[in-house]
Amino acid sequence: MSTLTISPVPAISQDSDRVRFVDVLRSEWTKLRSVPSTIWTILATLVIGIGVSALISALSAHDWANHADNHEGWDPTAMSTAGGALAQLAIAVLGTLVITNEYANRTIRVSLGAVPHRSRLLGAKAVVVGAVALLVGELMAFASFFIGQALISGQHAPTASFSQPGVLRAVLGVGLYIAAIAVLGMGLGALLRSTAGAITSLVALLYVLPGLTAALPQGVRDPLQKYWPTLAGTSITNVVQDAKALGPWPGFAVFCLFVALVLAVANLRLTRKDA
Amino acid sequence: MFEKGGAIPHQATGNGEAAAGASRAGGLIQVRGLTKQYGSTKAVDDLSFEVRPGIVTGFLGPNGAGKTTTMRCILGLDAPSSGSVAVGGRAYRDLPAPLREVGALIDAGAVHPKRTAHNHLLALAQSNRIPAKRVDEVLGMVGLESVGGRRVGGFSLGMNQRLGIAAALLGDPPVLMFDEPVNGLDPEGIVWVRKFMQSLAAEGRTVFVSSHLMSEMALMADHVVVIGRGKLLRDQTVNEFVETSSEHHVLVRARDLTALSFLLTAAGARVIEAEEGSVEVFGLGAPAIGELAATNLIALHELSPQRGSLEEAFMKLTQDSVEYSASVTS
Repeated sequence: MSTLTISPVPAISQDSDRVRFVDVLRSEWTKLRSVPSTIWTILATLVIGIGVSALISALSAHDWANHADNHEGWDPTAMSTAGGALAQLAIAVLGTLVITNEYANRTIRVSLGAVPHRSRLLGAKAVVVGAVALLVGELMAFASFFIGQALISGQHAPTASFSQPGVLRAVLGVGLYIAAIAVLGMGLGALLRSTAGAITSLVALLYVLPGLTAALPQGVRDPLQKYWPTLAGTSITNVVQDAKALGPWPGFAVFCLFVALVLAVANLRLTRKDA
Repeated sequence: MFEKGGAIPHQATGNGEAAAGASRAGGLIQVRGLTKQYGSTKAVDDLSFEVRPGIVTGFLGPNGAGKTTTMRCILGLDAPSSGSVAVGGRAYRDLPAPLREVGALIDAGAVHPKRTAHNHLLALAQSNRIPAKRVDEVLGMVGLESVGGRRVGGFSLGMNQRLGIAAALLGDPPVLMFDEPVNGLDPEGIVWVRKFMQSLAAEGRTVFVSSHLMSEMALMADHVVVIGRGKLLRDQTVNEFVETSSEHHVLVRARDLTALSFLLTAAGARVIEAEEGSVEVFGLGAPAIGELAATNLIALHELSPQRGSLEEAFMKLTQDSVEYSASVTS
């Protein structure tokens, strides 16, 4: 029928070639493992997390031995994983860089050219970052816990063990919290498209704004602190719960919901705006 | 040129109807009424053209004419304000595996400096389920096989350009698009890119290459799409472009140039004095000038038809559409 047959030599892509989410995941994993910043931020997370935890455990145990009279609120699990409060910044940088790197060196356009379904790209980044951060976070949490308990028992202070209620959940919770922080860092990075901007807002969310709430009247302060996402998220890392705070799992759920919200807004920006 | 003959190396597909429709438009880039507005500026203004397989199509225009914007719209990176763009009959977003259908080099500098060339390409390949062994193949095709394990940050501009071309070739796509591929290349690199583009077209692929250098396009392209200020100025073969855009004249030297000039002007030609006792004659061909001189017994010393350079033709065509001109106007 047609006299003009256009027959390009290479095959046209078929539906069987259709890009799947797992392909994008594999690609994002290659990207993550092939830049040195990944190794450095992971090392920083582990060194800071385990190091600071060990230091606090040793100091607290020493303190316990010297003040045998006052041992109220003695929480060996919290002491042995306290470094996570600082290490979270390092893992957040890892999460942020996954996307802000792409804006800084303009590879985002190359990535979106390969994966035009932008939500899929963002989703794959979140999954890869979340999974890597979970592994790193759990490694940090359990190493910190065991090293901390060893240091505490060295001073003959009471130690924590997984047979006690809430201890295993709290240690696992540190890893979960670290994973969520990394994904939050990525979400903020996608939203703000700048490493400095994302880390600054994360510091504000984690440390500055919760600190400021202390100045508020109690009627406002208590509910605000209860539902402040990053504070609520830490409940899962505690054995001894603050009476005013949300429980471990509800608190973590609030935090995850907030992370999901940030991702949703970032996704909206990514899909609506020109790359 | 399009009758490449032989069977189309397609795998059999279940939905024959849809596949046939796609393959008929396969390799075709279609831009229809494309308009892209940034704030109050129209970067691209109601642009329509098609880019066909089997030839190198040059995309010409002064800097800021809207070439990159058009290419970004084709790749789905920017959303058109109005109009549409299709590759192989489909919107870029709807391509099942974009890299297998369109290979593009828009920005050779868009690489992570700490990532190796191999890993840069591997991540791209994996995203479209292209086998990892293809990475080494394309590195070889552009002559970077020996530096695949090196970090891209240490690459020269030319190596980056080659890496970008390798990335475009990853999916062995029928459509290739390159934005200013010879920018910053040394002469050897320019010749390499030119030959490479032509060989890709000879394989039956659609090759769409933008440039702001007409002379480069004249050597590389078979067809040109010329735009200025986002509007289509020309869509024709390179030869047609030269024919229609450049003004022809004849360089004449004669013993009695004054008399000849007088006669030529009387015959309706426009005579402009040129250097060293010669004149440029516009509006009258060399045969007519020769006849006129012979009839009037004027000895001709030179009678050579001149063709205006492509660069001149291009500048003349686009001078009204250059956004920032160096000339001072009152």
